[in-house]
Amino acid sequence: MSDVTHLTMTEALALLGKGELTSVDLTKAHLAGMEQARSLNAYITETPEKALAMAGESDKRRKAGQAGLLEGIPLAIKDLFCTEGVQTTAGSHILQGFKPPYESSVTTNLWNQGAVMLGKANLDEFAMGSSNMTSHYGAVKNPWKRKGDERDLVPGGSSGGSAAAVAACLAMGATGTDTGGSIRQPAAFCGIVGIKPTYGRCSRFGIVAFASSLDQAGPMTRTVGDAALMLKAMAGHDPKDSTSAPQPVPDFTKSVGASIKGMKVGVPKEYRPDGLSADIIGAWDKGLAWLKEAGAEIVEVSLPHTKYALATYYIVAPAEASSNLARYDGVRFGLRVPGNSLDEMYMKTRAEGFGREVKRRILIGTYVLSAGYYDAYYAKAQKLRTLIASDFSQAFETADVLLTPTAPTPAFGLGENLDDPITMYLNDVFTIPTSLAGLPGLSLPVGLSSDGLPLGLQLIGRPFDEETVFKAAHVMETAAQFKRWEAR
Amino acid sequence: MSLDKATVQKIAYLARIEVKDEELEPLARELSGILHWVEQLSEVNTEGVAPMTSVAGELALPMRQDKVSDGGYPEKVLLNGPETTNGFFLVPKVVE
Amino acid sequence: MAYLIEGDTGPWEIVVGLEVHAQVVSNAKLFSGAATAFGADPNSQVSFVDAAFPGMLPVINEMCVEQAVRTGLGLKAQINLESVFARKNYFYADLPQGYQISQYEKPLVGEGEVIVDLPDGRSTVVGIERLHVEQDAGKSMHDQHPSKSCIDLNRSGVALMEIVSRPDIRSPDEAGAYLRKLRSILRYLGTCDGNMEEGSMRADVNVSVRKSGEDYRTRCEIKNVNSVRFVMQSIEVEARRQIELYESGGTVLQETRLFDPGKGETRSMRSKEHAHDYRYFPDPDLLPLKLSPDFVAKIKASLPELPDEKKDRFVRDYGLTPYDAGVLVVDRASADFFESVAKGRDSKLAANWVMGDLFGALNSTGKTIDTSPVSAAHLGELIDLITDGTLSGRLAKDVFALMVESGKAPSVLVEEKGLKQVTDTGAIEAVIDQVMAANADKVAEYRSGKDKLFGFFVGQVMKASGGKANPGVVNDLLKSKLAG
Repeated sequence: MSDVTHLTMTEALALLGKGELTSVDLTKAHLAGMEQARSLNAYITETPEKALAMAGESDKRRKAGQAGLLEGIPLAIKDLFCTEGVQTTAGSHILQGFKPPYESSVTTNLWNQGAVMLGKANLDEFAMGSSNMTSHYGAVKNPWKRKGDERDLVPGGSSGGSAAAVAACLAMGATGTDTGGSIRQPAAFCGIVGIKPTYGRCSRFGIVAFASSLDQAGPMTRTVGDAALMLKAMAGHDPKDSTSAPQPVPDFTKSVGASIKGMKVGVPKEYRPDGLSADIIGAWDKGLAWLKEAGAEIVEVSLPHTKYALATYYIVAPAEASSNLARYDGVRFGLRVPGNSLDEMYMKTRAEGFGREVKRRILIGTYVLSAGYYDAYYAKAQKLRTLIASDFSQAFETADVLLTPTAPTPAFGLGENLDDPITMYLNDVFTIPTSLAGLPGLSLPVGLSSDGLPLGLQLIGRPFDEETVFKAAHVMETAAQFKRWEAR
Repeated sequence: MSLDKATVQKIAYLARIEVKDEELEPLARELSGILHWVEQLSEVNTEGVAPMTSVAGELALPMRQDKVSDGGYPEKVLLNGPETTNGFFLVPKVVE
Repeated sequence: MAYLIEGDTGPWEIVVGLEVHAQVVSNAKLFSGAATAFGADPNSQVSFVDAAFPGMLPVINEMCVEQAVRTGLGLKAQINLESVFARKNYFYADLPQGYQISQYEKPLVGEGEVIVDLPDGRSTVVGIERLHVEQDAGKSMHDQHPSKSCIDLNRSGVALMEIVSRPDIRSPDEAGAYLRKLRSILRYLGTCDGNMEEGSMRADVNVSVRKSGEDYRTRCEIKNVNSVRFVMQSIEVEARRQIELYESGGTVLQETRLFDPGKGETRSMRSKEHAHDYRYFPDPDLLPLKLSPDFVAKIKASLPELPDEKKDRFVRDYGLTPYDAGVLVVDRASADFFESVAKGRDSKLAANWVMGDLFGALNSTGKTIDTSPVSAAHLGELIDLITDGTLSGRLAKDVFALMVESGKAPSVLVEEKGLKQVTDTGAIEAVIDQVMAANADKVAEYRSGKDKLFGFFVGQVMKASGGKANPGVVNDLLKSKLAG
């Protein structure tokens, strides 16, 4: 058998089902790959013993005829998900040594479906970033490089470790979280599939919070079919999360391969700003052509408040984060830097424990909520959010799904874009509006840029209509014939 | 809004993040830059627009039954504590 | 008569508003399933939610919402069918989240009122501005370790109702009466046990002073006062401090102060003042709380009769004075006790026995109505024995004393001690004959016109009968016998 780590989940499950592969062997192959590819820095913590133990159990369950949806499939878990007894860092120094005595609901669902944990994937600190360069545990390298250029590129972020691990076949899939594009942008940068489902589809319980009203977990995989399968395993109503939607989880895998005849695909005219690279525009046009060919109708839609989405996001998300991150105070877990008074201890601990970008956002968030500024900033941003969300509602009166680029550029170099925070923030210009509106957004690779880097397109659906998104995504995936690892 | 050093100092204290004197100036510039940028929102007329806290706001807040179903594991609560004794977390003495 | 404090520049009026924090009676906490019982081992009633571990989320306890609605209805207040939980952000060692989940712009309960009965028999109305639901903080202990403070999170996350009054209170007595009345209402409703010693009810007291006819002046907030007496004392002390300040040319700063009952003074808590900016915003982990009119109607239908209504009914149905009725309804147990004694009996007699003899006995034995050695049934039986002539008033008092001592039924005691009143005319006539024979000189004097001696004969007969002779029968028989 060729390298089993290159299989899709669907292929691996078929072999496991036929008894031609065991989870232990599949897991060992991945662990070996992880060891060889440590230079990518995709994982913060590898859990080989746990992985093998889980794989062993999985093989037993399979033999006993109790196979779950992901029985025996080894996964990387973004280190924002609390995992019982396994260090959970959120990519931050401030959670140094923290071992949660509990498990997140999403990972619990995955383990209940038979998945195996390989380790905890690297990420931007507290999921704040679009390059994975803000991690206290060091930057992650994108497995892709520009044609004829050996310089390292970023994998995107914040789920950069997850994306790199999946792209480099160091996991069959990974969990990600997305607040403003943290699943979709790294998926695009690393040439994989990632979906941020509708807000409320996956439980936030046990996921280290960044911005509660935006955070959503989702799968990162190499194919649309795998994403559909893994989302099915992750999702579901959770009484422990008050914002979790009491909606039944459809069998998303049934959408994979379904016809899109008559589907109306919207193209938001505001998503074509001046200076958007020819590569991106080319990919986008190609994507539309494939959908049209498969029987879809292309319609232009307007999302007039798009240009305000970034600024809105950079008020709302830091405001929530400034409050969500107040609990990291050196009292009950994580880092403590001693001080002579309670305040001194707090201030030293948080100064040392948080990195530059996190501090920047906490300070902005504190400011926009403070007395005298709340209305001008936070309340204003909440109103813009209403307008942005209603733009989408209107667009979905004429379109069933929207197609846009995922990011304005392909992966950039490690260390680039660091000088000006706003330039970095612009990476998420196409993903943030979807997050503010709570809609499902999927990124899939559709081709390569002129210098040989993956380009991603984003499909945006109506609330709780991931099925339409999966249908269209699969059509595009089939047409694109994107060469994954083979291309490198 | 341009932030001065004193405002940055005040905000940093509210957020309990120590900022060294020499960091105040560059931080003030950086934060001011971001604030200027987000102030573009002021050009949008939002009169009569309701603020949105959550996209899930249409749902009813779920409620749970009044049953004791959690707690009772002080050892787990204290397990990760940087400094604990006799079942308590310890912090530098607070003088009231 | 208005309560005024006489200063060098003339009389001053005081203006007081109270913010009462009342712990909600519930099994589990507001947003977690941890227990709320008082006095457990440190951190043993703490969930990961209460300790604000990463990724933990709040889920609201329906009972706490019900209790707050019930309280709102008991305060005749408007119930807001949509209310919002907001985060109040500040750092403190016993506030694990770094914010308290509370309600800010949209509280669960709006305006209401409390009718306050004053010791001088007057009543006044204190307006309620709002009631909102919020989490309690943990507890910091500063005396258990030489250089550290100890943090116990057992209270962290327990549900509180903050009940904010309007600044309608004008004297320490009114403040005391308001607190007692509020506590009485909460206890009737079963929404707060009102136990100030255990901290389940605490008050922040806002005090200012002014000259008659002026607008409000600057107020100070005295934090966390934990008894009715201290609330009353702190108002007096703080008002005098402010008057002295004004009269010596100073100004009052709006600040938070602490009452020191030992020194009888309030002092500034400047440390707490330091740059507070709570940065309230709607909690994105919780959706707006939306209640159906049906939810509220169900609670309304289940409300018990409250003190004011009960008082009116006692006046109406039992003919009690408003004062007596007011005393009886302060707590539900006393009111229920009275009602079961009074039912089908002379209600005035019942009220006198409950409020006079019973309350007196409870007071001197340090017992409460719930631990009373005399049950309502036994007291009722005693009254029956008086009414049917078995016991004289005096004998009844003796029997009651024995009931307090032994807890036995009056009929049993009467039997045991032979305390039954004698109404048998033959037996009484025999005693009268004895007394007349022994006092022949007095009989002669009486018959020669010295009527006043009649009382002497009655006394002698009663004494000779051991107090058991029926006084009415004695009177009648004596009169005819002495008349010759």
